[in-house]
Parts: sequence; structure tokens; C-alpha cells
Amino acid sequence: MPGAVLEVIGLRKRYGDKQAVDGLDLHVDLGEIVAVLGPNGAGKTTTVEICTGFRHRDDGDVRVLGVDPQRGDRSWRSRIGVVLQTNNDLAEASVGELVRHFARFYPHARDPDEVVDAVGLREKVGVRARQLSGGQRRRLDVALGIVGSPELIFLDEPTTGFDPQARRAFWDLIGSLRDDGTTVLLTTHYLEEAEHLADRVVVVDRGTVVAQGAPQELGGRGARQAVVRWSEGGGVREERTDTPTAFVAQLGARLGEVPGLEVRRPTLEDVYLALVDATPDDEERS
Amino acid sequence: MATATQVTTPLPGTLRLGWERTRFELRTYFRERDAVVFIFAYPVIMLAIFATVFGQDGASVDVGDVRIPFAQYFLPGMVATGVMLSSFQNLAISIAVERDEGALKRLRATPLPPASYFVGKVGQVLLSSLLQTTLLLAVARVVFDVPLPADAARWATFAWVFVLGTATGSVCGVAYSSIPRSGRAASAVVTPVVLVLQFISGVFFQFDQLPAWMQQVAALFPLKWMAQGMRSVFLPDAAEQLEVGGSWQLGMVAAVLLVWLVGGLVLGVRTFRWRRRDDG
Repeated sequence: MPGAVLEVIGLRKRYGDKQAVDGLDLHVDLGEIVAVLGPNGAGKTTTVEICTGFRHRDDGDVRVLGVDPQRGDRSWRSRIGVVLQTNNDLAEASVGELVRHFARFYPHARDPDEVVDAVGLREKVGVRARQLSGGQRRRLDVALGIVGSPELIFLDEPTTGFDPQARRAFWDLIGSLRDDGTTVLLTTHYLEEAEHLADRVVVVDRGTVVAQGAPQELGGRGARQAVVRWSEGGGVREERTDTPTAFVAQLGARLGEVPGLEVRRPTLEDVYLALVDATPDDEERS
Repeated sequence: MATATQVTTPLPGTLRLGWERTRFELRTYFRERDAVVFIFAYPVIMLAIFATVFGQDGASVDVGDVRIPFAQYFLPGMVATGVMLSSFQNLAISIAVERDEGALKRLRATPLPPASYFVGKVGQVLLSSLLQTTLLLAVARVVFDVPLPADAARWATFAWVFVLGTATGSVCGVAYSSIPRSGRAASAVVTPVVLVLQFISGVFFQFDQLPAWMQQVAALFPLKWMAQGMRSVFLPDAAEQLEVGGSWQLGMVAAVLLVWLVGGLVLGVRTFRWRRRDDG
């Protein structure tokens, strides 16, 4: 597919006797924000690390910007941005120094001041990394990931440990990357994050994709049927339907004011839990 | 093609980035309080303490008619120690910490060439140890009245022992940085090695007065030879007869340092990792 920025086919990776990634397929189109969602130990980070050239795969085909990451050279690296999990490095340098320093590694760096503004750290530009809060620290990580103006950016669990307000602010930041035309692949185990940010959600469990689609369509039509509940004849009745409005109108015609009426659509969380629970065996998860 | 412009603009050069890294490394090095006290200022502090304590009442090391004040006698050992701290201890600890904290992995994900990273480390070591040695010599000259050599031949010896010692200490430091299991453990794993070497290599004592077996153990490691080379620079000719072999043995100094340089390089290239050991 001509628009594919990232293409993974049949990826496999084993650590000892644990099959971390087990035949995973993934593609990301130009300009898309794709969220890889899954429980801990599902193989999300391993997949990202293979796509960014940190690990070698056992089997499968991987193309990132048309290049096999195992053979990625400097010019390939200059076209991707990588924000890895939890960092506490670079403590003694200030925000401004770090962004300017990293900008020099790239042939097409953004203006460091604009990047500092974009991640909302203008007031912290002279502050050393060690003195930043968790949320500010993560924004700095993103600043260092985007300063080279990458075509594709990888964000591995970018908001783990954030308070809700910091998470909202971070989502706005990622949204602004989309507006700049950057393609984003992010992993997360927060459903609201995937729902809020992603054009497409890929649910991964036990090293393989169990479902994917737009957040509103995940799990297919059946999973998204509305559930209508009401009281009748001394008990609670329940009906799953694609046409809840018509159904409730019928009920109203029959019963007048319907006692205990409730119409509910499954949340992404309901769908997700149903997908992940469908495969038992939680022993291996770490 | 969206990539057309990418092809036309070249990537920044390896050496230019090496210099950029050198400046960055130097700036952050001098902000690290531990490094400044225990690596940069340490030889100066130790020289001051030893010269003051042992040099009370004008005590000296005497060779026949020649009196060598304690401050002068200890200076070469402190210069050698400074070189070892700035190269070996500095890199062994800082790289172990960078690996543990994810700094190396972060750099690996950028288009920074690995060679530029190492150029930056070497540049930082060279400039900081040059500054350290200058400071040490200035303190020795001004505060303790130690005469510094006036002839070019001695300074030439100083130059090659300094450069070779720094290079050897650096590659050994890079190789040794893989041993600590965490950044937190790095100081505890590196510092005792450095301390023991200082004690057995004649930095704090007169080397010829150490037990013979200790001298033989010390002779296996570079610090003893570096200190000996520095003694040939800063002590009067008469002190040569105090040496165990009755000579400065500059050929052996060069040979031992070179063996460690090559050995450390081979080991370092084979064992260097950008990621923590528990990170696959």
C-alpha cells in the first residue's frame, strides 16, 4: 500500500521460553495516529523496539519508512523519532540545552525554541531535567523525540503515571503533532487514551493482534449493539438491539412510561475487556 | 516524494558532532558535585593534605645530598592519580550510569554516530584532565613552592606519559563500565579498585619502601608505571636511584601502558552495550 509508513507482517520474537510476539501484523498509514493497546506483557514494547532497530526479530517482515530497521542507517534514524519508556537520564542539563543539543544531530531540525513552546515548557527552559515533574519530564522526552522533525514518531506508553490533568495536556500535544502531519504510533494500556487520540486502535494480546479498527467501531457491530433494560412483570428485562430508538418507542407505546428504562452502549472498555478476556491463561503475564 | 529534501541535506559530520558532544559532556561534568570533588579536585586536595602532614618542619626525602621536599615528592603520584581518575574512574562510572538511566539507549535512537559519542567522551576526558593537571601544578608551584622542570625533554616525557596514560585510562574505563550492574552500584564497584591501586602504586607512600610482593602486584597495573614516568619528569635526576630498578624504565612505562591500551580497547569493543543487561 503506497501510504504505508510502517508495515509489519508475521512478526515473531521469543525470549527464552516466552513467545513475546507471536505472528503480529501491523500497518500504519501516512498521517495516521495508531494506538497499540494491550495489557502488560502483551508484546507492545518488544514490537516498538523491533521497529526502532533496538532488537532483532526472530521471524517476519518489518518495513519502517521503507527500510528494514535492522539495517537502518543514520539517515533513516534522522527520519524517525523515538520516545522510550521511563527515563531519568540527562539530569544535569537544562531543557533548553537538551533540545538545542539534540537538534544538532539532525539535518532538518525544528527550531528548538518552537519545540520548547510546542511541548509547553517555555517557563522551564532554563530548568535542569532533574528538577522537572514527571509530566514535564515526559514532555521533554517528546521534545527530544520531535526536534528532528521526524516523519514517524514512536511513543511507548507516554503517559504512564500521569495525573488526569497532565494526561489531558499531553493529549493536546500529541494532537498538535497530527496537525503538523506527523505519523504517530503509540502504545498504551489506557483505554481513554487510545479512544481520545487514535484514528485506529490495534488491540494486542499475547503477542498477536486480536482486533483493530476506529475506536468507535472496535470489536465489530455485534460488540457495539445497544442494551435496553426495563422492568416488567416483577423482573428486569434486557434486549440487545441495533435500533434502540425504535425499540424504546415500541416499549413506550405498549407500557406508557417505561419503568426502570435504561439504554446503554458498551464502552470501549467493555469491548476491550471482552476481547482480552476471550483468551484465558494469565499465568505468563508480567 | 516527501523525502526528496532529506536526500539533499547532508547529515552533520561525525567530528563536528564529536565536538558538540565534548562541549555538552564538559558542561554537565562540572555540574556533577560528586565528579568535581572526587575526580577533579581530589588530587589537589590529597597533595595539599600529604604535603602539609608529611612536610611538617621541612621534612623531606633525601637522596645523598639532595633533599626532595615532600610536596615535590608526592606531586608526580598525584598527577598520575589525576589522570587515572579523570579517565578511568570518570568514564567507568559515568558510562555505567548513562547505560543504567537510559541515556545511551536514547542516543542510540538518534542519528548521532557512535563515534561522535566516544569522541565526546575522549574530548571531555582530555580537556578536564588537562585543566586538572594544570591546576595541580599551579597549586604545587605557588602554594608549596615545588620547582617545575625547565627543560623541554622533561616536558616531552610529561606529554607522552600524560596522553598515553589518558588514552589507556579511557579505554579501560569504557571496558570497566560494563561491570557495575546498576548506576547506583557504579561508584562502589569502581572506587575501591582505584583506591587500592593508589595505595600499592606508590601514590601515597614511597614506592621503594612498599613490600616487594606489593610492588610486584602494582607492576602489573598501569598506575605504577604512570607514576614512575611522572617521577622522571618532576623529581631531580638523583631520585632515579630510589627507583626499584635503579632507573626510570621509560621503555617499560610505554610498553605496559600500550599493552593495557590495546587490551582495554579489544575488551571494550567486544563488551560495549547501549542497553542495560536486564534489558535484553
